[in-house]
Amino acid sequence: MMKFRFRRQGNDPHREKIKQDLFAFNKTVEHGFPNQPSALAYDPKLQLMAIGTKSGAIKIYGAPGVEMTGLHKDTAAVTQIHFLYGQGRILSLLDDNTIHLWEIVQRENRSHLVEVHSFNLPGKPGIESTSATRVTVMLLKLSCELLALGTEGGGVHFLELPTLTLLNKSLFQDEIMQSVPEEYKCGKSLGPVESLQEHPQDSDKILIGYSRGLVVLWDLNCRHVDNLFLGKQLESLVWERSGNSFVSSHSDGGYMVWAVSSSNPCTHDPISSTIPYGPFPCKAVNKILWRTTESGAPLVLFSGGMPRASYGDRHCLTILQDSSHVTLDFTSRVIDFFTIHCTDREKEFDDPSALVVLLEEELVVIDLQMAGWPTVPAPYLAPLHSSAVTCSCHISNVPPKLWERVVSVGQQQCPLQDYENWPICGGKNLAADPKQKELLLTGHEDGTVRFWDASGVSLKPLYKLSTANIFQTDCEHNDSLTQAGEEEWPPFRKVGCFDPYSDDPRLAIQKISVCKYSGKLVVAGTAGQVIVLVLSDEKSDHMIDVATVDLLQDREGFTWKGHDRLPPKSGSVVFAPGFQPVVLVQCMPPAAVTAVTLHAEWNLIAFGTSHGFGLFDYHRRSPVLARCTLHPNDSLAMEGPLSRVKSLKKSLRQSFRRIRKSRVSGKKRVVVNSPTSKVQEANAQLAEHDAEVTPVQRRIEPRSADDSLSGVVRCLCFADTFLRDGTHHGPTMWAGTNSGSVYAYALDVPSQEKFSEQSVEALLGKEIQLMHRAPVVSIAVLDGRGNPLPEPYEVSRDLAKAPDMQGSHSVLIVSEEQFKVFMLPKVSAKTKFKLTAHEGCRVRKVALSNFTSVSSEEYSENALVCLTNLGDIHVFSVPALRPQVHYDCIRKEDISGIASCLFTKTGQGFYLISPSEYERFSLSARVITEPLCRVDVERPHDLSAHSSSSPLPTQANGTHRTQAESKAAETEGLFDEMRSALSSPVLDSPNSSADVTLDTTGELTVEDVKDFLMSVDEAENNYRNMTEEDGRPPGILIN
Amino acid sequence: MNKNHRVPSNRTLNAVEVKSKFGAEFRRFSLDRSKPGRFDEFYGLLQHVHRIPNVDLLVGYADVHGDLLPINNDDNYHKAISMAAPLLRLFLQRKEEADYSAFGTDTVTRKKTPAALAAVLLRPDANKKKPPIIISLPKDFRPVSSIIDVDILPETHRRVRLYKHGQEKPLGFYIRDGSSVRVTPQGLEKVPGIFISRMVPGGLAESTGLLAVNDEVLEVNGIEVSGKSLDQVTDMMIANSHNLIITVKPANQRNNVVRSSGGGSSGRSSDSSTSFYGYSTPGSMAMTPSHIIQNYEPDEESEEEEDLVIEADRGAKLIPQAGARATASTSMPTLPRYEPHLDLRPSNGTMSTRSLNAHDMGLEGRNLEEEGTVITL
Repeated sequence: MMKFRFRRQGNDPHREKIKQDLFAFNKTVEHGFPNQPSALAYDPKLQLMAIGTKSGAIKIYGAPGVEMTGLHKDTAAVTQIHFLYGQGRILSLLDDNTIHLWEIVQRENRSHLVEVHSFNLPGKPGIESTSATRVTVMLLKLSCELLALGTEGGGVHFLELPTLTLLNKSLFQDEIMQSVPEEYKCGKSLGPVESLQEHPQDSDKILIGYSRGLVVLWDLNCRHVDNLFLGKQLESLVWERSGNSFVSSHSDGGYMVWAVSSSNPCTHDPISSTIPYGPFPCKAVNKILWRTTESGAPLVLFSGGMPRASYGDRHCLTILQDSSHVTLDFTSRVIDFFTIHCTDREKEFDDPSALVVLLEEELVVIDLQMAGWPTVPAPYLAPLHSSAVTCSCHISNVPPKLWERVVSVGQQQCPLQDYENWPICGGKNLAADPKQKELLLTGHEDGTVRFWDASGVSLKPLYKLSTANIFQTDCEHNDSLTQAGEEEWPPFRKVGCFDPYSDDPRLAIQKISVCKYSGKLVVAGTAGQVIVLVLSDEKSDHMIDVATVDLLQDREGFTWKGHDRLPPKSGSVVFAPGFQPVVLVQCMPPAAVTAVTLHAEWNLIAFGTSHGFGLFDYHRRSPVLARCTLHPNDSLAMEGPLSRVKSLKKSLRQSFRRIRKSRVSGKKRVVVNSPTSKVQEANAQLAEHDAEVTPVQRRIEPRSADDSLSGVVRCLCFADTFLRDGTHHGPTMWAGTNSGSVYAYALDVPSQEKFSEQSVEALLGKEIQLMHRAPVVSIAVLDGRGNPLPEPYEVSRDLAKAPDMQGSHSVLIVSEEQFKVFMLPKVSAKTKFKLTAHEGCRVRKVALSNFTSVSSEEYSENALVCLTNLGDIHVFSVPALRPQVHYDCIRKEDISGIASCLFTKTGQGFYLISPSEYERFSLSARVITEPLCRVDVERPHDLSAHSSSSPLPTQANGTHRTQAESKAAETEGLFDEMRSALSSPVLDSPNSSADVTLDTTGELTVEDVKDFLMSVDEAENNYRNMTEEDGRPPGILIN
Repeated sequence: MNKNHRVPSNRTLNAVEVKSKFGAEFRRFSLDRSKPGRFDEFYGLLQHVHRIPNVDLLVGYADVHGDLLPINNDDNYHKAISMAAPLLRLFLQRKEEADYSAFGTDTVTRKKTPAALAAVLLRPDANKKKPPIIISLPKDFRPVSSIIDVDILPETHRRVRLYKHGQEKPLGFYIRDGSSVRVTPQGLEKVPGIFISRMVPGGLAESTGLLAVNDEVLEVNGIEVSGKSLDQVTDMMIANSHNLIITVKPANQRNNVVRSSGGGSSGRSSDSSTSFYGYSTPGSMAMTPSHIIQNYEPDEESEEEEDLVIEADRGAKLIPQAGARATASTSMPTLPRYEPHLDLRPSNGTMSTRSLNAHDMGLEGRNLEEEGTVITL
């Protein structure tokens, strides 16, 4: 401990400066599809799309690379969002009935999304008024000066924009009721406001639709009902462009077209009424759009309306035009949709060009101009989780050759991969083209490996590799069955790629290893399959060599009770250009592969399972080595993944504990009223309180050799180093297990020419048993200068400096509890850091990364980056293992986030913040991939003059901690303080505006003072409005 | 010591001069340094030369530091022979009247000269009021726990060290979350804490009697646990389980050690040794009871656990401590295989096998000894 304390570096200012130049933590961008989207909006002027989520985030997307994120202070679901067209402003309605105004502001020459106002519709105090004033719909007038709110109580309220001040002209049902014919009233209310639509030609008129079915055309200026339409239970309304008719959709699955004529103020019957999927009961048509086209018949788009009995569970959207009828069949719920069409009032037709559908799990864009309405691939918002992500692998600095080949095979696979047709193209991406190409590989549950372009802000799909086709699975039959079903009516068309159902869980990819120079890939899965693939530009039709490696090595007394292996297909299989399998190595027993590594220069792969590890020469197709790592007492390893032994034991224990608990609490002792001390009483109460809560106990026991699953191979590594003596280096292979054992093998690899004749041999060189027995997480060999050894081919192709083979090498062994550097070949301990003993956290993920200084490109350091089970990231120097910096990154409860974390070689990282989103973060002060974009907006009476001092948006989703250390907080801290002083009277407490003081300690500029005065003015205005409101006659109190 | 000894001649280099003392009688003889034979033979020889064939003896010798160390097995016998320079002074006592407290390297009572040592032996009861309690035979004795840092901790706290040198006994306790009441100026305040929740019967923790259920855990190996979660504390304890030092606030404060009693024989094992943290002062040492069991010197190295490296071609060996000592270990190709129980640890006498090894045998032996047991793979 003393040693540790002394070892910690003091505040050497020089070193601190270097550290600042090297390390900085930033969460930069979220890749993938927002989790649980709940609202959608589009601005046709700026060509921006906004998506709101259930966690309170608003994300704006434009052209690829243009991304902005805002996070509401409260994590309430965003239920609606609306753009103020062209102004770069967004209104959001949250689940908690608050309305927020956001602005796109320019700062440091880039755009950010910043909240400027919020509003809460006041309810009548005392009465259960919260639901009555609950906002159901919002209508933003095209002029952007008025916002109409429809409420649950049936009232419509008006707010002035952009100040969000309530106007004293609310419209209540009683006013409407006066115009409603007697027979329709029947003493019932009209129900909540379901839809508000502005008249497309006459902006003074709005169409108000009530849930019970009454639709009213209301003149705002005259406060007069122009027309009444008596319809059925209403779901949504949409105008026809001319304003002569509108369409209503209903809960019975039908829609009606109504004519608006001034001659008939009360219409009972629509022009037409259709239930497209009748005559049997249908589900509601939730939303309908009616778009006129120059070519003739209008385009009708609606969601829902499916026959309840037969297709009630489908998530559908129907496109209807004349005789063309397509029922888009999605795999997840339709949240919302819009069309991109001509909004120019001069033009006669809508002429929609594209349909954008936001589903719960993906975004689908349909080209409405091309025949057949094909889908348009999206350059961002990729559904990472189309099948659950099971593992990932990052390749930095991809050689151009490999990049081109991957892109080209990807294009052959999916020819529509240019994003020029992408209709949402607002804003400018200011980020420079990435210097390096980066690939992110994700392994999925369905046995696919997806290749993503991770070089920039938008994660683009490049290529998809499927490993299922080399196995005999049941999925082929299913395909043919569903094909047959497609013939029937309705004309379903499957759209989207989100497919949460895996055909066979054994196909799931567990580990991936790539050689970026030779285009070789090793993919290993749940059923012990290890597949070696080679990138080929040609189509191929070949048999796959299958080799079986028995990892039990005739150990007796073990029987595998888990799943069977996946039967490989016999005969030759056709493979499209791309990564084509050459060898399939099947581990026996077929437990999930837990580690895999590839050395393309030596033609070797190493793989490990919970039973042992093996070494395979894929050139000669011959196994080199198999070693069982099972401990004799380890019976759990043989149960397989489906074993319930453990959980059963646990649950039994828990239920017993519960019984015991109830007995204890049953006999309560009488509290003795002793006056001596109240502490005792308090203690007794505490003790009782404690007893009520099930005490969580932890056993303190050192790890023993026979802990379950001790044989799991956790990591494997190849290295050219000194294992047998200090003078001769050679190929070695290292394996680390769950019980703290490390096996090092010296390999005899024949020279390049003799690969075919001579076989590789492996000789056990060393076995190391770490005394603390913690699982070995990673092994890496460092050269004489303490640098990690280069990858295969890097040196022979002059892509990296040759490692120092003169000085003595060392091996860095990272266990869950400590890091240790051992000298080679003696394996004598040199340095170590006992992380768990000091910090109480365990190592989850580690990587060796290279950090380049911001001040000089010449200066770089290697560092060991480590993510702990508490979600902290620690950075240590290598090989001295001195702690450098540490940051909070992931919440410790976010187990899947921690498990999915991945570090790059340049000091960045990724982790899943939801099943569908990767958070990208950067530990390096130099290498940062973040959105840099600009959206130019023009707006009248700009509110954001003072809002430039509001804090930078925090990085999104609400699922993770915000960084106190982030640049934003540091630089904006003062501003923040200021802003709170300035804006608080505006936002929430008008009454307090009198005693606002500027108690900021920093410098004040003239602008600040002006802003302050302005906001005080506003506050006073607000105050006036509010008092007026309070003084209103009770008749127009909102109820 | 042995300043006035003549320089040994070449002739005697291989022979060990032995001066054996039993009661008031001396016997001189010599042994072959290279072939010392076994301890039982040597014991028989002693009985023979002193002509006391049926007397049970406790054999002690003066080491280079003047400490009286026992000879009761092959290992320490060989040690004694090999370290004799060249005279080996033996002191024999009847077992039934043996004074165990004479053994050891107690810093306070260290006797610098053999004469002083002999004086203790000659007058075994001279400065003792009562005979010390014989705990057990030396070979059965090893520390399992100790209370440390009594001098620097508040009286309400207790720092307990558990020695788990690879023995079979489990540490045997559980911890839980809980809350304790602290008295603050604002009144009683509930603060979260970590408590011992259960003892495994027969476990190390229970057998020491120093830890009890509901004791609040304050520190683990010098690191405060406040603000840490139960899982974090669990991980810290497990990571330190080879040499676990926990500071507790015992639930039952009545059993706390009363430090002021000079006798030190409170019936509990209050083993205060050199402070682990190195901040105990000589003054504080002087306060401690006069017969201190200091057979486990807790310096930084002793908490190190050694990883085991098996050379595929050379057989097992332990990894030496650090790079600096790497050379030393290779110069010792064949190491005696120590058993975990070194028989040379006497009862409440002060016997330092650690210092013995460290000083005499070099660093390699220490690695073995520290770990206690060699893990077989």
